[in-house]
Amino acid sequence: MSPIVEMPALLPALPEILLVVGAMALLMVGAYRENSVQLVNGCAFALLVLAALVVYALPSGRIVTFGGGFVLDDFARVLKILTLAGSAATIALARDYQAAERQEKFEFAILILLSTTGMLMLISAADLIALYLGLELMSLALYVVAASNRDSIRSTEAGLKYFVLGALSSGMLLYGASLIYGFTGTVNFAGIAKAAGQGGLGLTFGLVFLFAGFCFKVSAVPFHMWTPDVYEGAPTPVTAFFASAPKIAAIAIFVRAPITAFPEITPQWQQIVVFVSIASMVLGAFAAIGQRNIKRLMAYSAIGHMGFALIGLAAATPEGVQGVIVYMGIYLAMTLGTFACILSMRTSHGLVENISDLAGLARTKPGMAFFLATMMFSLAGIPPLAGFFAKYFVFLAAIKAGLYALAVIGVLASVVGAYYYLLIVKVMYFDEAAEPFERMPGLLKVVTGVTGIFVLLFFVYPAPLVSAAAAAAKSLF
Amino acid sequence: MSELLLDYLPLVVFIAVAIAIGLALLVAPFIVAYQNPDPEKLSAYECGFNAFDDARMKFDVRFYLVAILFIIFDLEVSFLFPWAVAFGQLGPFGFWSMMLFLGVLTIGFIYEWKKGALEWD
Repeated sequence: MSPIVEMPALLPALPEILLVVGAMALLMVGAYRENSVQLVNGCAFALLVLAALVVYALPSGRIVTFGGGFVLDDFARVLKILTLAGSAATIALARDYQAAERQEKFEFAILILLSTTGMLMLISAADLIALYLGLELMSLALYVVAASNRDSIRSTEAGLKYFVLGALSSGMLLYGASLIYGFTGTVNFAGIAKAAGQGGLGLTFGLVFLFAGFCFKVSAVPFHMWTPDVYEGAPTPVTAFFASAPKIAAIAIFVRAPITAFPEITPQWQQIVVFVSIASMVLGAFAAIGQRNIKRLMAYSAIGHMGFALIGLAAATPEGVQGVIVYMGIYLAMTLGTFACILSMRTSHGLVENISDLAGLARTKPGMAFFLATMMFSLAGIPPLAGFFAKYFVFLAAIKAGLYALAVIGVLASVVGAYYYLLIVKVMYFDEAAEPFERMPGLLKVVTGVTGIFVLLFFVYPAPLVSAAAAAAKSLF
Repeated sequence: MSELLLDYLPLVVFIAVAIAIGLALLVAPFIVAYQNPDPEKLSAYECGFNAFDDARMKFDVRFYLVAILFIIFDLEVSFLFPWAVAFGQLGPFGFWSMMLFLGVLTIGFIYEWKKGALEWD
């Protein structure tokens, strides 16, 4: 008798397999060896870098495996490398923080590895079941790391809030997936595209629920409420992680699912994306103005930036998708750089996170002040820094797709947003000096250096990211 | 329509049998068992709550830890049953998938054991 399921090709999933096997091995190392935190952290970092190299080295072209549920194309390759870079940088950012705050737990790096595996699966998902599996593997590990500082009430509150709301959004996503399956008879994206035809009320209904789940994961309005509380409550390296890698994976599936599964009913999902995009940009711009805590400010900033990235998806063209990928790449560098600065805001009393603590930084630490000012100018989208080009590509795509109103509102929102970014620069350069910070640890200096050079000099040589994004966008259409 | 409903007849029979057995087990002790209650016998279990009590009470989280660890392995067994029934048709991929699953579970089990999650004190 021949078996029901043939052995699938495992090679396209090699990075994921590598990370899972590595995480299991490191879990055993951590369980059996005392004081193995540094070893586990180092190995996890090496594994993430190795996985990125494997993604790069895998055979090119579009490869489908696991019964059509897992696809490796240029889109997946680029976003996987970005995600892995974000996760690896998080482990680097966390090292000195954990040592200083006495939170050295080897489980942190393992949870990051497992969560990253989920992200890679999510990026490659080509059917609804693979999508859900990847999303849950990513999220379950995230709920735990949010609450990883168990003695802090705010950290446990953040973890619980994230878990309860995440479970709700997963439920909505599953309900949408079941409706889509019910109305098309298949879970495969290509099959859905074929069966969907001109759509119908039920299918649109399912699509809306599916989008609700995605919006929660990328923290787009109206599903953003968890973001400020979780960002503020979670330990700062965890916040840096939340703001970088999972956002890229969630945006990846937010782009892949509608474009590959619902190309026939583009106008119907386009209007949802336009609304979500406008609402996120406007809320991100106005709600951040009153913030005093820099982590909370970064949360609203993230909401706004997700709105800008979604402009590219709203265009629903290859240029638009290219814009989204460029945006996410640059956003990753800006976020990691900013959080490296936030992690080095340490006075003799410990870690501080108020904007007023940055006062007069230009006099006490001119290097760090210059770097943070660069990041703020870039986040505000001021040329010639990288953040300007990120916005340029998505706005260009929106104009080409005829979405003039969306582009105009986006530009206005970025002007409003510039106020609070520039306020931080003003506090650093013109206010009376507050208590000086302690020396920045070496690893944070490396992260700030790399991201700083990327943001400052992106305009000199933008070709690698831009052309990779163009190839990636082409592979979706 | 009636043919469609007829397909569900076994389900109805099954529910009826289940209700009958459940009720029989509930009622039988009242009729045949020897009853001699005292306060200790009537109080809630150590891991339970009084039915009518303040909701904001302290409870020992270890009961829940044990319960959750139990559920994991309970579900594993219920996952093994359909696998075992279809084993002949699954082929090597089906076999190794389950071995992989059991391997991951074993690693989790070793971890929880080493971390002392199974110790009561």
